[in-house]
Amino acid sequence: MGIKDRLSGNEATAMAMKSMNMDVMAAFPITPSTEIPEQFSQYVANGLTDTVFVPVESEHSAMSACIGSQAAGARSCTATSSNGLALMHEMLHIASAMRLPITMACITRAITGPINIHNDHSDAMSSRDCGWIQIHAEDVQEAYDNYIMSVRIAEHKKVLLPVMICQDGFITSHAVENVELLEEEDIRSFVGFYEPDYYLLNPELKVAMGPYDPPTYLMEHKRQQAEAMIDSLDVIKEIYDEFGKLTGRYYDLIETYKIEDAERIIILLGSSAGTAKIVVDELRSKGEKVGIIKIRSYRPFPGKLIREALKSPKVVAVLDKAEGLSSIGGPVYSDVCAALNGNAGFKIVNYIYGIGGRDVRTDDIHEVFADLQDDIDGKESKAKTAANYRYLALRE
Amino acid sequence: MAYNFKEEMNKPERFAGGHRLCAGCGAGVMARNVLRAIDEDDNIAIVNATGCLQAATFSYPYITWEDSWIHSAFENAGATCGGMEAAYRALEKRGKVKEKYKFLAFGGDGGSYDIGFQSLSGAMERNHDMVYICYDNEAYMNTGIQRSSSTSRFTDTTTTPAGSVVPGKPQNKKNLTEIMVAHSIPYVGQTTFLANMKDLNEKTKKAVYTEGPAFLNVLAPCTRGWRYDMADLLDITKAAVETCFWPLFEVENGKYKLTYEPKKKLPIEEYLRPQGRFKHMFKKGNEWMIEEFQKEVDLKWEMLLKKCE
Repeated sequence: MGIKDRLSGNEATAMAMKSMNMDVMAAFPITPSTEIPEQFSQYVANGLTDTVFVPVESEHSAMSACIGSQAAGARSCTATSSNGLALMHEMLHIASAMRLPITMACITRAITGPINIHNDHSDAMSSRDCGWIQIHAEDVQEAYDNYIMSVRIAEHKKVLLPVMICQDGFITSHAVENVELLEEEDIRSFVGFYEPDYYLLNPELKVAMGPYDPPTYLMEHKRQQAEAMIDSLDVIKEIYDEFGKLTGRYYDLIETYKIEDAERIIILLGSSAGTAKIVVDELRSKGEKVGIIKIRSYRPFPGKLIREALKSPKVVAVLDKAEGLSSIGGPVYSDVCAALNGNAGFKIVNYIYGIGGRDVRTDDIHEVFADLQDDIDGKESKAKTAANYRYLALRE
Repeated sequence: MAYNFKEEMNKPERFAGGHRLCAGCGAGVMARNVLRAIDEDDNIAIVNATGCLQAATFSYPYITWEDSWIHSAFENAGATCGGMEAAYRALEKRGKVKEKYKFLAFGGDGGSYDIGFQSLSGAMERNHDMVYICYDNEAYMNTGIQRSSSTSRFTDTTTTPAGSVVPGKPQNKKNLTEIMVAHSIPYVGQTTFLANMKDLNEKTKKAVYTEGPAFLNVLAPCTRGWRYDMADLLDITKAAVETCFWPLFEVENGKYKLTYEPKKKLPIEEYLRPQGRFKHMFKKGNEWMIEEFQKEVDLKWEMLLKKCE
């Protein structure tokens, strides 16, 4: 049976890492993820875990140490945010190319330029092409559950990819919520031991990793990585179902909320989904046909599930908590459009929102649904900026 | 046990032939002889920073190394090796790895003096039980002979070309060995390869079999960048030592010791003359460059002698 507790997202993440008895954690402090290594080193200091904690001198070294450690045969983890993730960028590509199932808590925060410590998704989105699985949480319970499931996903023989477990900085990482924790023995039997086929500390089968890869091989090696990412779509579902049987909490790569007959649908990820659900309930009580799709797995991108979920909306809004600076909209918008392959049959608009911790209120979500109604009615949109590439709560 | 050249040379190779390093390159000689110093029965795991040694020894699917080996990036050999060593401690404690392991990291001067400096410093400070070996060839040779902070003053490199106004690299060489000593780690050694490989062998043994972090700085000439005749490799390293440009010394728990003192300190020209990268210093009117170079060598040598007293 689960244990009821009240924890912040950071506390729940550190708790999950401890319960899984990770072999090595290497981390560097950065707001708002700092509490995770803080709390974890407290566990170490008090003898509550015998994980080897490596307090590195930068995030680049955190990921490098995780690579060395996981390659050596140890289950390894880290936590970071914002510029820390940006500093790791080079090593993110290398970790996934080496097929090392490292797990990392990414407590999302705006990347500097100018500096801002609050939440948006510019860090995670800048890492979307690094070959990491990327799972986003709406609340503390999901952040906790996602971490435990992700270790299994990462280490699955058909996957062998690192996983970034994202939660919204401060909003989720620092908000104390009621959570149901698993018994440590249940977690340990769920995640089992890390048993890699190839690892450096095996005297029976010595291996070398990280070659110079000439043009005659690199393309095939990249395709293998791509196939692992494609295969992970099914593996994620499989492991979610297994976790559901254990906990009663069933997940999928997307979560749909009241979309069956919805004419107006918002697609988004992270904590704002909770806010949007309240707005959907309010509008539904007035008979309005609205709903949301929350993307839980951003990489792999569940394009097929989204396509199937969008049965017959009249208009869809994709909300991006990162300015892709692409001139045609944010990253999630691009992915949704790609998933629909130009054959949507309905209008899809994009909203950039919540940048640098700009508050996302129910009023804002109401505004999106109102705009979408205007789109259906053929009225000129009141939305700021260009036709399909809009902003929410942007001051003039 | 006393050093036995024949025995050492007859050990099974851990660094196989057929790699793609240049003839006359110091990096291969360095790696081969470092590995020879390790007990045959001991397991080792090696990290290699990006550079000539890495690129020339594992081009998929051909590999030179007989031991477990990993390369991930240029600037992180220290952190990667520290991660491996942390994994070892964790897995040993949990009974998952039963054999003993030693950890080595190789980086060139670019990967150690410059871009990997922070990662190296961090790994040493955190007390990982590992040996970091810098093979110093005084420039970014893999990318085509660009200056590094290890390049000596006046050196002609592709980013500090000796021109009519600027006489090669304007700045002095950074002293990484002393910076590593300042980390208060148990063992720091500075060496190169001389005819019998004894100094390199003995310092490697001490570095590897001393508990805690150790650092070795090995002068490893590059025939392309230094422009010497490839057959003259050992003459160049000998000249570096005999002129006191590259003194052989070690620091054990803070105590300095010269491991070789030239009977007669040779003038620096003996080291500079055979190398094309210093050719411009021997042109008429450039005598001052040699004088300045000599002054820098003398200053560093005197400082070292004081520490070794």
